[in-house]
Amino acid sequence: MDFNYDLAVGTTRELNQKLNAAGTEDADVSVRVLNPKGAHALAVGMTSNVSVDIEGHVGYYCAGMNQKAHITVLGNAGPAVAENMMSGRVVVSGNVSHYAGASAHGGLLVVQGDSSSRCGISLKGANIVVRGSVGHMSAFMAQSGSMVVCGDAGDALGDSLYEARLYVRGSVASLGTDCIEKTLREEHKREIDALLESSGVTGADASEFRRFGSARNLYNFDVDNADAY
Amino acid sequence: MPTKKNSDDKLSRQHELRSRLRESATYPREVIAEIQRAAETGIYDIRGWGAKRKVPNFDDLLFLGASMSRYPLEGYREKCTTSVTLGTRFASKPIELKIPITVAGMSFGALSGPAKEALGRGASAAGTSTTTGDGGMTPEERENSDILVYQLLPSRYGMNPDDLRRADAIEVVVGQGAKPGGGGMLLGQKISERVAGMRDLPEGIDQRSACRHPDWTGPDDLAIKIQELREITNWEKPIYIKIGAARTYYDTALAVKAGADVVVLDGMQGGTAATQDVFIEHVGIPTLPALRQAVEALQELDMHRKVQLVVSGGIRSGADVAKALAMGADAVSVGVAALIALGDNSPQFESDYNELGSSAGFYDDWHEGLDPSGISTQDEELAARFDPVLGGRRLANYLNVLTLETQTLARANGKSHVHNLEPEDLVALTIEASAMAGVPLAGTDWIPGKNNF
Ligand SMILES: Cc1cc2nc3c(=O)[nH]c(=O)nc-3n(C[C@H](O)[C@H](O)[C@H](O)COP(=O)(O)O)c2cc1C
Repeated sequence: MDFNYDLAVGTTRELNQKLNAAGTEDADVSVRVLNPKGAHALAVGMTSNVSVDIEGHVGYYCAGMNQKAHITVLGNAGPAVAENMMSGRVVVSGNVSHYAGASAHGGLLVVQGDSSSRCGISLKGANIVVRGSVGHMSAFMAQSGSMVVCGDAGDALGDSLYEARLYVRGSVASLGTDCIEKTLREEHKREIDALLESSGVTGADASEFRRFGSARNLYNFDVDNADAY
Repeated sequence: MPTKKNSDDKLSRQHELRSRLRESATYPREVIAEIQRAAETGIYDIRGWGAKRKVPNFDDLLFLGASMSRYPLEGYREKCTTSVTLGTRFASKPIELKIPITVAGMSFGALSGPAKEALGRGASAAGTSTTTGDGGMTPEERENSDILVYQLLPSRYGMNPDDLRRADAIEVVVGQGAKPGGGGMLLGQKISERVAGMRDLPEGIDQRSACRHPDWTGPDDLAIKIQELREITNWEKPIYIKIGAARTYYDTALAVKAGADVVVLDGMQGGTAATQDVFIEHVGIPTLPALRQAVEALQELDMHRKVQLVVSGGIRSGADVAKALAMGADAVSVGVAALIALGDNSPQFESDYNELGSSAGFYDDWHEGLDPSGISTQDEELAARFDPVLGGRRLANYLNVLTLETQTLARANGKSHVHNLEPEDLVALTIEASAMAGVPLAGTDWIPGKNNF
């Protein structure tokens, strides 16, 4: 059953309990959360198909470890939104602080504004689409999954990258260790198109992006790469 | 033609010259060998095990026992209980252990699947917990562990909310005694298909896991991270924070502030699966002084026994356990000793160890994945040498011996629960140990640094 929850009178604990009780396998439940006022750990550990709209700014770890739920933040999000997400979808209408989508294993994170540093750090299979720009050290040690940045990327993009795919439309301040530019092939354009479409991000064309990936030079120790370690 | 006499003369001359050889204290043989190895390979030495240098440790302490002013308890007949509850501060489902000894976190990846299973079997048979490691939770270890602690590490390999909820407790790993401030290493030889799959990495690469968590920096963030973990697990599970022994007084206080139910403190002697030798031997402080500092921090915050303290790093015997408890720990945990109990470094494999240029009792190249005992390997043939049922039995035996020894010492000091052991029961054999442990030098009432001298 759909419901509203007002954090001006309720608590994070009760909200999360209600959210977890709300979902069943098949029913599509919608929940509106009012007055979040930067609270931490909202809508974390969700396990079912609930749609949660949080109307305002959220603090740390919003939508952490999400499974299946569709969570929308109508505002800005603090650090590590959708950290370790497994599946489902998290959309932030404003900007996000650092570590957005850290270590996320699956699902889709959409940031309509800009992201601070370390967006997609340790990414493990989720996809991230940022309509604006990302800060320094984004996709640090990212292992798999894709990150589409419609704006610019800060310094040391993709440092110590593994197999994640990075697409940037604007400028890249600098590349991190072992991250190189690679050719944007048709399959990559298709991937960008699909991600933009499912994120509802318009006004960007897949062919405007550049692709970055791992040079794979640091995968096995080599004395002659000592400078890079 | 050389006569017998000539060759005898030559031999005795050689003998005489040899007996005049003088080994340098600055450049002993192992130092020379390391310089030669470095020059040949161009890479630092990586190895498993813990620090091999001698540091002040529990052997430098003695129990006073009972006499005129203290009554001993009757061995066997009078009860000396050993149970421990961990996680009483915030968790609604604290952990109940029958013995004050747990099995430390060791990763699947570093260890084989059957070895992890055996750790679960042994710990469960002895009534205690075991711990996952950097690489996630395997079904075998969950199934075979009555109480399983799930580690949240910087790498987040295999981290997922289902396993988080399946766990009995959660351990946020900030550091390890063998390498405070260092990330994990798992070299290509051990990144098998299964290990790579669980960690979401390409097979066969040299994996260096992160040394900092990806989503928090510092104790203020960590407090919020812990709130998230508690929300996800319904405030049921105890949350431990594991620290390597460094600035232990402050680190313990900060762990308490960040909201830990349990602090796990790992001293510099603590084991590792693979770390640079230079890191193992030169970073961090020994278990002995770290333990004293942690207890002091807890006492000053009025949190001693409210936030439980688990100590590891070179725990080998019931004497070590009893002394750690007397200094104020609530429990200890064992890593290397548990592997030895399973059968690592067993003389049974001497010829295999020799082939690897090592010997039973010295083998520490666990990172190479060639472990003849089949414990620290991902090679299926080697792993098949190891029987997890027998291994589990051996570990349970070992844990039972540690418990019996601990009780023996507790009774000797007149204690009906092992937690009643106290610093007052201890004296130190050396000035160093006295200063570090904060107990008087035997036969004196002197503790260096106390009372202004
Ligand atoms: C083979 C091996 C693997 C280890 N893996 C981990 C790990 O994944 N995570 C961790 O926090 N500590 C790990 N450790 C450290 C242990 O948890 C523990 O701190 C240490 O072994 C305790 O010292 P002891 O070996 O002297 O008993 C490992 C240790 C060994 C020997």
